[in-house]
Amino acid sequence: MSDHSFYDALRHLADSWGLLIMMFVFSVLAAWPFRPGARERNEDAATMIFKDENDG
Amino acid sequence: METVLTRAGIWLVILILAIAGMALAADGPFAVHMGIVGIAALIALWATVTRADYSAQANAILRAPADQSRYDDDPIRWGVIATVFWGMAGFAAGLLIALQLAWPILNLEPWANFGRLRPLHTSAVIFAFGGNALIASSFYIVQRTCRARLAFPALARFVFWGYQLFIVLAATGYLMGVTQGKEYAEPEWYTDWWLTVVWVSYLIVFVGTIVKRSEPHIYVANWFFLAFILTVAMLHVVNNLDMPVSITGSRSYPLFAGVQGALVQWWYGHNAVGFFLTAGFLAMMYYFVPKQAERPIYSYRLSIIHFWSLIFLYIWAGPHHLHYTALPDWAQTLGMVFSVMLWMPSWGGMINGLMTLNGAWDKVRTDPIIRMMVMSLAFYGMSTFEGPMMSIKSVNSLSHYTDWTIGHVHSGALGWNGMITFAAIYFLTPRLWNRERLYSLRMVNWHFWLATAGIVFYAASMWVSGVTQGLMWRQYGADGYLVNSFAETVAALHPMFILRAFGGLLYLAGAVIMVVNVWATIAGRLRTEKPMHDAAYDAQADRPAIAPRPVLAPAN
Repeated sequence: MSDHSFYDALRHLADSWGLLIMMFVFSVLAAWPFRPGARERNEDAATMIFKDENDG
Repeated sequence: METVLTRAGIWLVILILAIAGMALAADGPFAVHMGIVGIAALIALWATVTRADYSAQANAILRAPADQSRYDDDPIRWGVIATVFWGMAGFAAGLLIALQLAWPILNLEPWANFGRLRPLHTSAVIFAFGGNALIASSFYIVQRTCRARLAFPALARFVFWGYQLFIVLAATGYLMGVTQGKEYAEPEWYTDWWLTVVWVSYLIVFVGTIVKRSEPHIYVANWFFLAFILTVAMLHVVNNLDMPVSITGSRSYPLFAGVQGALVQWWYGHNAVGFFLTAGFLAMMYYFVPKQAERPIYSYRLSIIHFWSLIFLYIWAGPHHLHYTALPDWAQTLGMVFSVMLWMPSWGGMINGLMTLNGAWDKVRTDPIIRMMVMSLAFYGMSTFEGPMMSIKSVNSLSHYTDWTIGHVHSGALGWNGMITFAAIYFLTPRLWNRERLYSLRMVNWHFWLATAGIVFYAASMWVSGVTQGLMWRQYGADGYLVNSFAETVAALHPMFILRAFGGLLYLAGAVIMVVNVWATIAGRLRTEKPMHDAAYDAQADRPAIAPRPVLAPAN
């Protein structure tokens, strides 16, 4: 494969399947804290830093 | 006993290798650096042998574990002191080079000219001051949020001291003219290799502590720290793929050349901003702001969304450093578009931090540490708006290569990184040294105002200077020739350079106050001072109102 066609192949991968997969993965990760039942887990995680008020 | 022997043996081998490196060095600076490595190995050897904790070894024989009920805070205490020390060095170097730009007579050739001191300043503030703050606070936060003692304590100590050796090698190298000439990646190949070893150890300690956590959740600050550590490892390795000219010399050639090299460099450079100066410091923000405000983070969901958005967007923004260069046009546009999109997750972080104070805004008035955090977030918001704007090609054609860029970097670095680090130092010092409170809260307030006024002078003078420069450079006369020579633009900027140095002086003065405050706090002193805020009380006026007595008419 010549340098140019290798570049071209990567370039086309980047703006088709690569982009789609990245968008999909991002959407799942961003939607993850909104899944049912996540509210309580978020609440726990946000307040856990106050468990040891005297800082050991 | 065996571990003492093994460790002493390792240090001895390194010492011998360093001496051999000195003897066989292909150039002077390499010999000096091997000398520094040798001295470091000697100190480590001495510390291993004389400070060997023989009672701990007895415990190890009896299989008594280290006290797991206490957090391992020694490297964090050292880290706080190192942060303050390198901060002073970096700010002082910054003031000196600002003065050099205003009065070129201050360039002391060749060791201390502007060209050599500038990377000394940038590396000292970013990697020495910022890096130590990140390592110390990440070790503090990961223990507290995992509620587990630091994993691999010996390796954690190696990370601290190894990082200091990296700083010393990098800084002395700049003074001797040893540089790769890549911005924020100046250290030569052997210093890079050393940093790689230290950084991988850092990753092992950090991940090890997360693995042994006793909390079900991994608090969001640790996500940011982990992104910072992993990404910096990747950036550092790829941008420093070099071939040394000689295995005993201080010169190397990069693998990537031309525009590919430029793109790799700015992929590294902008993500150093994105993951070192943003993700790492956001991790500090996500722990220290809620702790100091005594309220949980405004929205945990927002913190996760903006985390993933930052991760997915930042990595593509680098090409905006190469507008109107040989880089393909589509790559420049890609860099610009991703930079503009970055505005939203950046402001997500700012809003999340500021809104944490919702319902406790009075603390901005009463608590100078909270005030620093709020100012820090405000500057984060401002510079993450300014950055995307400057990455737009038409704006960039005016701003690029001018002092506007310098002003932008400093509003981010002095405002966001500096202020959140000062706040973290003030938060950590009394806790780490088990003091009732800081030596003086009023001095924190003085530090706050000096630093804020310093940043205002700095940023405002650089805006004026940058726009002046940009407009003068592009000014054509009716004859089609440029109107201004370069020297004329420099002369026009002179007053702004002096104002900038004045801003730096104020910022440094604030940091001096911090040194005194931290020093006195560690020494265990408490300043007797008026509390920061109190409701007005006048004992004289605290009386019942008496109806005015009727004036008696003269009796006659």
